[in-house]
Amino acid sequence: MSESLRFHFNVDGSNFTTAGQASVQVKKNLRELGIPADVIRRVSIAMYEGEINMVIHAHGGEADVVVYEDRIEIILNDHGPGIPNIELAMKEGYSTAPDNIRSLGFGAGMGLPNMKRYTDKMDIETELGKGTKITMCVNF
Amino acid sequence: MTVKELCEKTGFAAVCLPEPEREVSGCYCGDLLSWVMGRASSGQAWITIMSNINIVAVATLCDTAVIILSENVALEENVISTAEQRGVNIVSAPVPTFEAAKAIAGLV
Repeated sequence: MSESLRFHFNVDGSNFTTAGQASVQVKKNLRELGIPADVIRRVSIAMYEGEINMVIHAHGGEADVVVYEDRIEIILNDHGPGIPNIELAMKEGYSTAPDNIRSLGFGAGMGLPNMKRYTDKMDIETELGKGTKITMCVNF
Repeated sequence: MTVKELCEKTGFAAVCLPEPEREVSGCYCGDLLSWVMGRASSGQAWITIMSNINIVAVATLCDTAVIILSENVALEENVISTAEQRGVNIVSAPVPTFEAAKAIAGLV
């Protein structure tokens, strides 16, 4: 039995232009570990969407990526406003992002749906006014 | 076909080519970054008018072979330097997305 490997990142909520740094770093780390390319792509895209969401909606947060023998777990934690209606937020095309974010090519209402599409399991815990915790899992 | 050959055949201008020998295996057109991220495949040329720094992250994560900026969209210097650092090829096309896609349609 081997120990799991954990990468921890603080996601800066004040700078939209640096969003994605953690995902790019994770991609690099996983590549060095010899994780299959398709798994890396799914993990890094799901994580990037989560990072962007944290920057747009929650003033940043924390991201953890844990590498197990047979799966990778991504845990995103923020102290933002929470998600009032998860079912609605999961619908492709539904977005509450402001116009300045949309002009950058985000806010198309694809973030959470993409995260679900690219992972094998996604769990959302959210509390209004407290924050949101999203746990995703990619098997390999 | 490599990115370098694609530039030579189309006349598209190289903005930065840290990996000129990268093979191009197809093409995807789109400007909504999340949409592109969900659909563009590894090795494709990605044609867009988006010019903010996030295109570099999207290209890195999707592993596209090259970003083609249609309509001669200009990039800020920090976007170019970040792309250089991360090995993301970027070229500039003087034509709209449809024309740029047509130009490479028979090549990749």
